[in-house]
Amino acid sequence: MKSIADIKAIREKMQSQIILRDNPDNNEIRIVVGMATCGISAGARPVFNALVDEVAARKLTGVKVSRAGCLGMCKLEPIIEVFVPGKEKVTYVQVTPEKAKNIIANHIVNGNVCTEYLITNE
Amino acid sequence: MFRNHILVCGGTGCTSNNSAKIHEEFERILKEKELDKDVQVIRTGCFGLCAVGPVIIVYPEGAFYSGVRVEDVAEIVSEHIMKGRIVTRLLHEEKADVAVKALSETNFYKKQTRVALRNCGVIDPENIDEYIAHDGYQALIKVLTEMKPQEVIDVITKSGLRGRGGAGFPTGRKWQFAYQQPGDEKYVCCNADEGDPGAFMDRSVLEGDPHAVLEAMTIAGYAIGSHQGYIYCRAEYPIAVERCKIAIKQAREYGLLGKNILDTGFDFDIDIRLGAGAFVCGEETALMTSIEGNRGEPRPRPPFPAVKGLFGKPSILNNVETYANIAQIILKGADWFASMGTEKSKGTKVFALGGKITNTGLVEIPMGTTLREVIDDIGGGVPNGKKFKAAQTGGPSGGCIPAEHFDIPIDYDNLISIGSMMGSGGMIVMDEDNCMVDIAKFFLEFTVDESCGKCTPCRIGNRRLLEYLNKITNGTATLEDLDDMEKLCHYIKDNSLCGLGQTAPNPVLSTLRYFRDEYVAHITEKRCPAGVCKKLITYQITDACKGCTRCARTCPVEAISGAVRQKHVIDTKKCIKCGACLESCKFGAIIKK
Repeated sequence: MKSIADIKAIREKMQSQIILRDNPDNNEIRIVVGMATCGISAGARPVFNALVDEVAARKLTGVKVSRAGCLGMCKLEPIIEVFVPGKEKVTYVQVTPEKAKNIIANHIVNGNVCTEYLITNE
Repeated sequence: MFRNHILVCGGTGCTSNNSAKIHEEFERILKEKELDKDVQVIRTGCFGLCAVGPVIIVYPEGAFYSGVRVEDVAEIVSEHIMKGRIVTRLLHEEKADVAVKALSETNFYKKQTRVALRNCGVIDPENIDEYIAHDGYQALIKVLTEMKPQEVIDVITKSGLRGRGGAGFPTGRKWQFAYQQPGDEKYVCCNADEGDPGAFMDRSVLEGDPHAVLEAMTIAGYAIGSHQGYIYCRAEYPIAVERCKIAIKQAREYGLLGKNILDTGFDFDIDIRLGAGAFVCGEETALMTSIEGNRGEPRPRPPFPAVKGLFGKPSILNNVETYANIAQIILKGADWFASMGTEKSKGTKVFALGGKITNTGLVEIPMGTTLREVIDDIGGGVPNGKKFKAAQTGGPSGGCIPAEHFDIPIDYDNLISIGSMMGSGGMIVMDEDNCMVDIAKFFLEFTVDESCGKCTPCRIGNRRLLEYLNKITNGTATLEDLDDMEKLCHYIKDNSLCGLGQTAPNPVLSTLRYFRDEYVAHITEKRCPAGVCKKLITYQITDACKGCTRCARTCPVEAISGAVRQKHVIDTKKCIKCGACLESCKFGAIIKK
């Protein structure tokens, strides 16, 4: 038998999971991970998982993590792109799970682009 | 954490379209590709768009795939799940070539307001945790810890909620009567004996969100002082019954049903009783008699069930959809609910759209939405360029709404004023090819079949009424018969024991009111204007016939003769008017008169 506190705890826990099922709206932030063969072999899967876990752990709403195919610069994979409504898209390259967590903290939560992970012209 | 959620519709419509196999195939392929830890596959309740089933939604993108077949599953996994590429060819197309990505973007959804159906097609109905995540059982906690029974009843009364089973009795008042009765043995019943042909709202709520009904019944039990509830569900709803059983089991495990609920000292339990599919058992006294284990027959009222109901004790009976609104009203307040709808009909109503309509399915609209919006905007209009003739609401107890009332705001009182009724929410759309006499006959055949036989006006009267209708469709009736028939209708309405008989003549009266000319055409001209009544139509071959012999070969009774490259002839004596020849002719040489 559950107590009222137990029911509230189940609600909290489950809500972070079903947030994924909110219908997409135009104001949400989208994080897209390149997950073609090149991306996966460069380690996109742990990056993707880190992003999903971090979004869930911080209970962020209006942020969706999804996959995409090859973004074209296979040597710079894993690549992720961040789309914030009303702003230009930001492309991060050679992302690791640690970098992914920093991107969530700095860029998504605080709005500061992590310039050190950006693509350069060199 | 799951990265993707795949929601497969598990309503009866999609299940009969193989959605269970699709679900299994997803699980099999995901396991094979070792994605089963990353992707969650859920079988939900009805999404509403039954016409294009089986439907599935893949999140986080919200991609809405319709008409999915088992063979498509591998492609969805390899393309969408693994590579993030939406399978555009499977996206639902609302108009030709305009693919819609998300369900919420369809016209079908935009004008809907989902209260009773809020969790249908959103949660896994077999997982109590998902219901809890969507604020499930929060209303029960609020009621048990913060409110007195009278306060609960006051909120429901103030919200203006009226019974969704059809008659529209104020729910709060019903609860108040039962609350005021002395004694601590009272019962809470749920009417899930949805019997109207073409109605499937209650089934869909039980299939898609069974816990919402359990929670509301427990709240009702607390409000009126009852400790036992019964869900009376027809046995023809196996999926609904199964999910209800699972839900009751889970609620008991969580201590949300049973003794000392959530340690508040309140006891309440719910059991399911299966009905054998008798229409009369949807009537409250017959339903309670059936729960008691007796033959399902109604009895005269008063005493009303609130005074003397199940097992002779004070009882309330509410419809599934009524219950599905309760928890939301408690959580969001009476004012929130009363802000939707019209002056005397608050909130929303679920309709099951069927018949000649593009988007066959389940819709929920605020009261006061016009019929035009429901049929044209949400329902997608009448298919094949045909003209709308009438919509039938209220099932065998209701009536027709003709095209002249297309802009009427739908609520309880408006529908009654034009000779129909809200009913439980079946809405059958008819076009120019439907004969209204035939429609009236269809519903009357149903009620004659379902009459329990206890009272004479219903048992004999309706049968006599049906005989008149048969005479009319056979072309043997006179105009006097028409007048006698109308008198008989009123006699049956005035003298029958229960709602079944009292409303059985309604389809006849309402079609007489709006389509009397069709009745007269059958009688005086021996003609069925819509070309439906077989006794009054003949098939003929015109000079456009090329003598291809195709019709003669198609005819199942060999009624067509003629030599090759010569005009053929139909022997009207042999013809059974099946229409197969008309469909087979490539030259449009066969006409129906």
